[in-house]
Formats: sequence, structure tokens, C-alpha cells
Amino acid sequence: MEFYRAHVLVCGGFPCVAAGCRAVRGEIERSVKEHGLEREVRIVETGCLGPCDLGPIVVVYPEGTVYSRVSVDDVSEIVGEHLMKGRPVRRLEYTERLPSVSQADHKRPDYFGIQERIVLENVGLIDPDSIEEYIARDGYLGAGMALTSMSPDEVISAIKASGLRGRGGAAFPTGVKLGFTARVEADQKYIICNADEGEPGTFKDRLILEGDPHKVIEGMIILGYSVGATMGYIYIRGEYYLSIERIERAIAEARRYGLLGHDLFGSGFSFDIEVKKGAGAYVCGEETALIESMEGKRGEPRQKPPYPGTCGLWGKPTVVNNVETIANVPPIVRNGADWFRQFGTPTSPGTKVYTLTGDVNNKGLIEVPMGITLREVIYGVGGGIPGGRRFKMAQTGGTAGGCLSETHLDIPMDYESLQETGSALGSGALLIIDDSHCVVDIACALLRFFEHESCGQCTPCREGTRRLHDIFRKTRELAATEKDLKLARELAGVMQASSLCALGQSVAVPLFTIMDHYADEIEAHLEGRCPAGVCRPNPANADESAYETLQAGNGIR
Amino acid sequence: MLKMRGPVGPEGSGVVCECDDVFLTEVQRVVSVYKERPEDLVQALHDVQSLRNYLPREALRVVARTLDVPESRVYGVATFYSMFSTSPRGRHIIRICESAPCHVAGAAEIINSLLNELGVEMGGTTSDGIFTVETSSCLGVCGVAPAIMIDDTVYGNLVSEDLPAVLRRYR
Repeated sequence: MEFYRAHVLVCGGFPCVAAGCRAVRGEIERSVKEHGLEREVRIVETGCLGPCDLGPIVVVYPEGTVYSRVSVDDVSEIVGEHLMKGRPVRRLEYTERLPSVSQADHKRPDYFGIQERIVLENVGLIDPDSIEEYIARDGYLGAGMALTSMSPDEVISAIKASGLRGRGGAAFPTGVKLGFTARVEADQKYIICNADEGEPGTFKDRLILEGDPHKVIEGMIILGYSVGATMGYIYIRGEYYLSIERIERAIAEARRYGLLGHDLFGSGFSFDIEVKKGAGAYVCGEETALIESMEGKRGEPRQKPPYPGTCGLWGKPTVVNNVETIANVPPIVRNGADWFRQFGTPTSPGTKVYTLTGDVNNKGLIEVPMGITLREVIYGVGGGIPGGRRFKMAQTGGTAGGCLSETHLDIPMDYESLQETGSALGSGALLIIDDSHCVVDIACALLRFFEHESCGQCTPCREGTRRLHDIFRKTRELAATEKDLKLARELAGVMQASSLCALGQSVAVPLFTIMDHYADEIEAHLEGRCPAGVCRPNPANADESAYETLQAGNGIR
Repeated sequence: MLKMRGPVGPEGSGVVCECDDVFLTEVQRVVSVYKERPEDLVQALHDVQSLRNYLPREALRVVARTLDVPESRVYGVATFYSMFSTSPRGRHIIRICESAPCHVAGAAEIINSLLNELGVEMGGTTSDGIFTVETSSCLGVCGVAPAIMIDDTVYGNLVSEDLPAVLRRYR
């Protein structure tokens, strides 16, 4: 094995690719060669290192020096000073608390603070294209243990005992789901990994797939073994070019190593995985719509029951799990249910991966134990609100998630506590909004999304999303009345009760939480006032009475 | 077989479709790997679209025949997913995210500047046929919002002043 005196990790997560990390990596390679260091310094493109808005990020080991916003022009200084002379370039060094680099970095314990890494244990540390590096971090050990020394029932019992719940949004206990499918007799069963990550504000699944693809493959092998499925599919968004590339390479590598295919680990169990590409439809994240899409149809949700667990892809029993859920499985099998339960809360064990976006200093990918408070996330890992502004609202769980106000900052973030507030953990998106924004304007943006993404199959959702958007647009133009808002509430309630799938049902979640927690601010819009100063009347509505009232109120003649 | 020549995009859009036999033979070649495999319809449409950046009606007919599915279903699928287009588009597709995370980061301003810069409306194609601008629900790069995606490349942390330089790379 080659020995290198220094490792240069270049973040190759998609946000860093967008910031230009490829050019930086190329320049580092060139410069290292120019200085004749190619036998001493190894350059690794890793998965996401965490703080996405600081990219391109470069970390130099063994010192663990983190460089942020590195440009091609900075490279010669890093190579010439740091790698040649051992003098870190202070000018480029990122000295703030960096959320996710890295648990292996014992020299700087402050870096990981309240983060715990189970799902992301390898993301940002290993080269995602190297199966050897994954294996060196105990990769495929869990699959080997399960297939050679555990019965399928024992695997399911272990997952049940761990208390793992679905991380895609619905929070259904994973072990129970596996139990349903394991019990059904069928000539063929399937495992589907749901990587159709369409929830705005969520990009964790892509960063897991891009940073540690073999972990997802290993998790799927274990799930397949537990229910008796020999075929798995990864359904992935068509726009996720890099994720598709990385996971396809990883699957080919696993096949080459005999970790996918016939007779895995000499156990007699066979399993293989194929990638299916989506084509841009939010609703395909719903499991039955996803299955329809995989069968080559329009992604319109099916009537439930029957549930996919008994009648899914091609009418066969199918387990559909989110990427993050699957990535939790190998560590659980490897370390046991008790180990997993030491993280999080008794009813929501483990960790949760969040993507932190919006008005917060440190944006990006984080993994924290279940049950820590929103305040700890925003002001701890997130580094607070920039520009001296005040926290106003946090939307948890993506567009279909609920909105929390300042009074909810100290509520523990776990499934039960958030449900009590009318919100949900959902997909793990955390959108932080400061006081320069108006809740009505935000509500409009959310409703526009739902209107666009409703698949059009069932009437409550197709018509409801459109009317709700109309009403809130009218409110934003300061032309709505109390009657309009009453209608909005009623509509959302009907949609919640009668829509075919979670898309239509969940519109009420953000809407009701905004209407309940920010009643005063919305009320002001009825009186022709936007307290945040964002909303303006539409001059085209000049004949409407609310506009006239406003003009009178503002002294405009 | 129906042949179409000449401009078929919106007037003055500069988009030309030539659904001649050469093109249709190419379509046939691309979809032949999915022969009688209806389940691969979405993938087949991806492959066909990569030829001309959109799905002409005649091409859908070839797909239907080859995969052995009704043309109505092929059309249904081609019009359901936002990545597919049945009308001609420019050489490069610009996707702009207007979801809440990008909205909070000031996407509206980027959208206005971009449309001004290109002189088109949302969904439109520039007169030189180079760009088509579409909205996207989420590009999955919210950490660097506001973001746009041109073909398969994402540009993040954008301010309006960055746009001319970004667009110049494609002109």
C-alpha cells in the first residue's frame, strides 16, 4: 500500500460542484505534480463536507486545516505554502465552528459539537468511488453478519428493537413495515430505495448517495435478505446527474466484488440492484406514484389499500424506503439495537439528517440526535441569523411541513413533539426565515409550488391547490377579506380529508400552522397593511374595495 | 409518414424541427433497446429527448410502436413529467428554482434579471434558439440558493450581476 504524508480532501458534493470545486481539484492536481509531490500527497474527492454555502471546500490532513471558498488562484499558495513548507494559509482558513468536519478529526473536537454521525459516518471522509475505502470503514460488515449468522427474522427483530422509523417523512416504524412484507408468500418481492427527493429545501438523500453510495447498497442487501426480495431498485430524480453517476459506478463495483449478484457471502442468497430515473414530478416521491412511474406510467398515486407491502411493483410485495432510512440499517445490524437507542429519545431513537437553508449563517448538511431543540440547531450548529436580523419562522420538513414560530424554539425536535405543534419532522428540510420576510408572501410561494405539482388526478387537490393559491395571492395584494380566509381554511380542511394522497392532504399543514401562529400578521393584510413591508397592492385591482380602503388609510388620493 | 420541415416553434423563436427520415431512423435506433418493454417508457423518452431537446409527435409514435404501448399512453407520460417537452426548445435548457428556499434567498430578482437579459418570458425560447427558460420545483442545491441549472450544470449563490458571464459560456 502506498503511504502518503498528506491527504487533500476536496468536497465533491453537488453544491460544491456548483461552486466550482472541479476546477479547483484539477488545479491542485496540476500544482501538486508541478511541485513533484504526487507520491507524497494524495488528492481525494469526497462527498459533502457540510457547509454548502462556503464551497468549494478543501481540507488538508493530517492537520485537518479547513479552507473555504477556495478559488483556482488560491491553489498555488496552498500547495506552495502548506504542502511544501507545512505552513497553513491563514488567509483562507475557516476557523469558525464547521458543522460536519469530521468525527475522525480528534484534534478539533469543537468541530462536531452536538452532531452525532450514523448515517453520515463516512460522508466527507472517504472517496465515494472507492469500495475499498468503504470496506476499510467496516463497510459490508453488517450485510456479511446478517447473511451468514442471522436469520431473516432476527434481522427484522433487530430493526424493530432499534425503533428506527421512516426518515422520508411518514415516520412509519421500519421493522413493522418489513414484518408485513416478510409474512406475505410471493414468488417475487422487491426493495425500492426512494431517492426521488423532490421536497424543496431537502437535499440530504442526494448527498448521502453521492458521499457514501455503498452504504445504501449494503442497506438494501440487508433489507432484501430480511423479507426475501432478490431484486432492488433505486428510483432517483432525473435531475440528479451526479448521484446517478456515482450510484451506478458503486453498483458496478459491488458486482465486481461479488457483493451484488449470486450467492452473496456464500449464503445462497442472491440480490441485485438497478437504477431507475425519474423525469421531474414531485408527486413521484409518494410511494405508489413512484411505483406507477417505475412501471412506465404517469406518476399518479394509487388508491390505498392495498399497500405496497403486499401489492406493489407489478403487483408483488414491495418495501419502499427512503435513502436515509436504508443508510441507518447497516450500522444498526453491525452495532445492535441497544447501541442505536443510546441516541435520540425513547420514542424517536437515532439521529436525523437535516439540510439547513434560508436565513442562517451556516447552511448545509448536518446530522444531530433526535430531540435536540430548534434553538440548538439554529444558534448552535447553524451559527445564528445573519445581518443582525431576528428569527421569525422555521419551516420543518419541506414545503409540506409545518411552520414554527419563536415560541416553539425550545421544543425538542422529534416525531411526537413536532406533531403536537401541528408540524412534522418530514424530510429533514429546515428553512429558516428572518423578520425581513412576510408570512403571506411565503405562503404564496408554498401554494404556488403545490398548484404546480398537483398531479391533477383527484379533484380536491387539483382544484383546491389552485383556489388556495388564488386566495393567498389576493391576500398578498392586500385585497382579501375575512370571508376569503375562512374559505381557505375550509378548503384546506376538505383537501386534508378527501385528497387521494399525501400531496393534497398535507397542504393544510403549512397553511394552518402559518394561519394559527401568525394570525395578527395575516389580519393586518385584510386591513391593507403588510407589517414586513413586502406585500403591495396590485394596481390592476384598483376597483376592488380593499384597495380603496388602503388608499384612504395611507392618505393616497 | 408525416414529415415536418421549417420553423414550428412560436413565431420568431428561431427553433426549427426537422422530423425527417434521418431523425426518425435515429429515434428508432435509440429506442430499439427498449423493444417491447413498456416499463422502460420513461427511460426511452429521456433517450429520445436527448437527440433534439424535445419530443416531436412523430418520435412519440415511433416510441409507441417499438415499446408496444398505446400512443395515448406515451403522450400521457411525455406531458406528465416536467423534464419532458413536446414543443421545440432551445439548445440549452435553463431551469430556475422558485421554491420557498430559493424564494427566501431572493430568487424573484434573479428570475427577473434573467428574463430581461434574454428578452423572453418564462417558458420561452430566445430568438437565436440558444436558450429556453423553465421553472423548476427544486434543483436540490438549496444550500447554495438561489440557483439555476443550465443543462446538467448548476450555478449557485447567484446575484444578478453574475448572469451575463454565466450565459456567455453558452453563446
